[in-house]
Amino acid sequence: MARTFAPPAPRSTVEPGLALRSTRASTPALIVKIVSIGVIVGSAAALTPTLVGQERWGFLIAIWLIAAVIVATYATGRGIPVKYLLPGTIFLVAFVVYPVVATAQLSATNYGDGTRGTKEGAIAQIVGSSVVESPDAPRFNLSVGTTGSATAGPFTFLLVEPESGDAFAGTEEGLEPLDDGAVTVTEDFVTEAPGFTLLTPAEVNAAGPALTELTVPTENGAIRRLGIRQAFEGRTTLVYDEASDTITNSLTGQTFTPQPAGDRLLFLAEDGTRLSDQSWKASVGFDNYVKVFTDPRISADFVRIFVWTLTFAVLSVATTFALGLGLATMLNDPRVRGQRAYRSILLLPYAIPGFISLMVWSGFFNKDFGLINETLGLDINWFGDATWAKIAILLTNLWMGFPYMFLVCTGALQAIPSELKEAASIDGANGFRGFREITFPLLLVAVAPLLVASFAFNFNNFNAIRLLTDGAPFGPANPTAGGTDILISYTMRLAFGTGGAQFGFAAAISVLLFILTGVLAAIQFRSTRALEDVN
Amino acid sequence: MRRIPRGLAVAVGASLLLAACSGGGDAEPTPEAEDTPAAEETAPEEEADPDAPLVRGDADLVIWTDNLKIGPITEIAEAFGEANGISVEVQAGTDVRANFSTADAAGNGPDVVVGAHDWVGEFVQNGSVDPLTLTAADLGAYSESAVRAASFGGQLYGLPYGVESIALYRNTDIAPDAPATLDDAIAAGQAALDAGTVESALNLPVGENGDAYHMQPVLTSLGGYLFGINADGSYNPEDLGIGGPGSLAAAQKIYDLGEAGSNVLRRSISGDNTISLFAEGKSAFLISGPWALSTLDEAGVNYAITPIPPFAGQQPAKPFMGAQLFFVAAHGQNKPFAQEFINYMNSEESMQIMFDGAKLPPAMTSVSEMIAADNPNISVFGDAAAGADPMPAIPAMAAVWDPLGKAYSAIVGGADPASTITSAGDTIRAAIAGG
Repeated sequence: MARTFAPPAPRSTVEPGLALRSTRASTPALIVKIVSIGVIVGSAAALTPTLVGQERWGFLIAIWLIAAVIVATYATGRGIPVKYLLPGTIFLVAFVVYPVVATAQLSATNYGDGTRGTKEGAIAQIVGSSVVESPDAPRFNLSVGTTGSATAGPFTFLLVEPESGDAFAGTEEGLEPLDDGAVTVTEDFVTEAPGFTLLTPAEVNAAGPALTELTVPTENGAIRRLGIRQAFEGRTTLVYDEASDTITNSLTGQTFTPQPAGDRLLFLAEDGTRLSDQSWKASVGFDNYVKVFTDPRISADFVRIFVWTLTFAVLSVATTFALGLGLATMLNDPRVRGQRAYRSILLLPYAIPGFISLMVWSGFFNKDFGLINETLGLDINWFGDATWAKIAILLTNLWMGFPYMFLVCTGALQAIPSELKEAASIDGANGFRGFREITFPLLLVAVAPLLVASFAFNFNNFNAIRLLTDGAPFGPANPTAGGTDILISYTMRLAFGTGGAQFGFAAAISVLLFILTGVLAAIQFRSTRALEDVN
Repeated sequence: MRRIPRGLAVAVGASLLLAACSGGGDAEPTPEAEDTPAAEETAPEEEADPDAPLVRGDADLVIWTDNLKIGPITEIAEAFGEANGISVEVQAGTDVRANFSTADAAGNGPDVVVGAHDWVGEFVQNGSVDPLTLTAADLGAYSESAVRAASFGGQLYGLPYGVESIALYRNTDIAPDAPATLDDAIAAGQAALDAGTVESALNLPVGENGDAYHMQPVLTSLGGYLFGINADGSYNPEDLGIGGPGSLAAAQKIYDLGEAGSNVLRRSISGDNTISLFAEGKSAFLISGPWALSTLDEAGVNYAITPIPPFAGQQPAKPFMGAQLFFVAAHGQNKPFAQEFINYMNSEESMQIMFDGAKLPPAMTSVSEMIAADNPNISVFGDAAAGADPMPAIPAMAAVWDPLGKAYSAIVGGADPASTITSAGDTIRAAIAGG
């Protein structure tokens, strides 16, 4: 790296065009740099047509903005510190800031089951799904002909009625019988028609949307394409009138208008009859938040669940840390033989995927057939009693979590200089006193932020609750709030349990939990800062 | 088929959203998912979840299904692709239901999706499937209950290929004769329990959170129902039977059979262990579906299957009937091919291949008759399904599973039957009105 001794070019005089040279990068590095920047700009360019097509303007601007910032940073010699900060910042924005903002946006909508699309889409689907085949009408064998192109048409349905063998030509004007000999019919399909080019199956498929538009009016409705080589006669029973925003059933004359039902609009008749369960996405402002704070189901159990959530998180961290630290201290003593073997064994719970551990433990705690009651000769109703269920969860979490704390503590212990302990023992601080006054405070400096992170993780440890007890036991009167529910498992049930998926409501809860966890973590970090001041 | 209400996978999948949203920057490494404590940035759930959502493959016809059916569907789809000169791709996922609605709304879903009939309500609510157009003659080839299950709001939304239901398995070493009533079955089971030959008289999964699906025969035998049936055979969400007299009688029965009574129904028997306990010979009777067959055959236990008998002097015990369907996606890219594939599926040959591969009782009556002689066990489930009412597919059903299951579990655990089932009815009614 001899070139590092070269004097840095005075930055103020460097022109952007000369920047690449001024950094004096080696040729391979320069190539990598150019290729990388090219890939980034190329990716942005490649994504542009898709994003324009989908009218995702926000994404489009964001992508080009990121590309521009990257080029400006790395292709020019300006802003050396930015070079190091930029990747982290981009990832922070993309994977932390953006999801939080998107969640907040979603929380102001009623997005969920039944409200996934637009109003136009919902109406088109409702009306389009009302086609009924005319009873006793024949099925036609279909060949699609075009006088123009295979993609744009104009198209003509060349139909054969299989029973009689009669051939017809169907267009938007209507159905015209074709004379014998006007077209070639083979095995009840029109296989050749002068003036028409017949479409292949793949071409029919590609022209699907246009061919769905083409309906051949008849007395009893219209003839429509079905699949690749069939057509049927049917009619649409529902008609949408844009001016009055109503859907009318043409058979019964009943009209349906959009009316509020819960957090959405549904097409209802005057007597309240529902036309369809399909609604559309709409903005609901702060309704989801209002619901969180006013729903009696939430306020009734919130305090109890919040207290258990805190208890669960604190005890999970405390027990795993205590056990991990104890084992780490013991195995850190040079008098212990076979440290490696012990350490490997202790890490085993860590090596088993968490999903499997939780499922297996859930079986262990079974009252009648579980390993724990059977081997220990107990008759504890582990998951049927709220207190025992909580103990079971904490025990399982202890088993799953202590190896992590053990690893962290082992590392931190080995980083503490042994001279400090020697000095302490010369001063008379032996054994436990030395540990309490020297080792432990030094250890906490390193480990405290990890404890905060572990707390925040356990505060929202959905998997542990979902896979072990799923909130059980539940009281007979209240199936929504269980004895071992933590906030995340409880609100998950509210958002996805009984009304289909309610993503908007779930997003509102997520935002609130995000704020709650953030505040708790901030408080904890503030208090751990005091630890660092010790040094 | 629905053994766990709403499905574990739905909840776990949705939890990813919640966790991803609420996790913010506090992604602590999960002890179980990490190899070294250094890899702190990894989102724990992403690594722990082995089943990433399906991503549409690149083919002229894309079909989504699950691992149990991918074999026969691939066989049929490839023949179809060859006949039409197109490429096909059949993809299997574990959470097709939730993936599909989202993917279809985004325009990158499959063209055909294969799933249970009780998905229909949700799919129609989301506008993600198109109705099918089958002639009356075509529909006549399928069992009436399968067609009823596949219909929604007066339209046919799926082509049924298989039906399923639950029946009574008995360990023939312990109970050689088929019981005439559920009381007989329980008495025979309890005699074996007292003699110490088994650990459970009758395995009917309950668990801590209940199982409304497997409890349905008990509810119906005592005159209870979930939703009233309209004149056209569809379910009426306004008429909820939970809390009514039949459900009260059923609740009392469940209480008597529960932990505070004869201890036949137990919360320690759940979907996790009910089949394996029977397979190990630890229980005399088992109420389960055709999905238990392979486990039992592997275990080598001697068993026989009969339709679930009623309680003595009571009404017939009707389990839920479920149908497996082919749906056409509303926003698929190749709808003409998808519709054509449905026409292609609508044949004895295709249905026979489906049966050979998936081993579900066929929905097409002619195929059902053909396989009956060689597959007596499967026919029992087919007959049970033909006599049963379809599991309600209306969106209101989403409000039923969780509260009802938990009420059953609480009653089994010794809670007051009348007030618990009444309260569950109130909860369900409120949820339906609120949604």
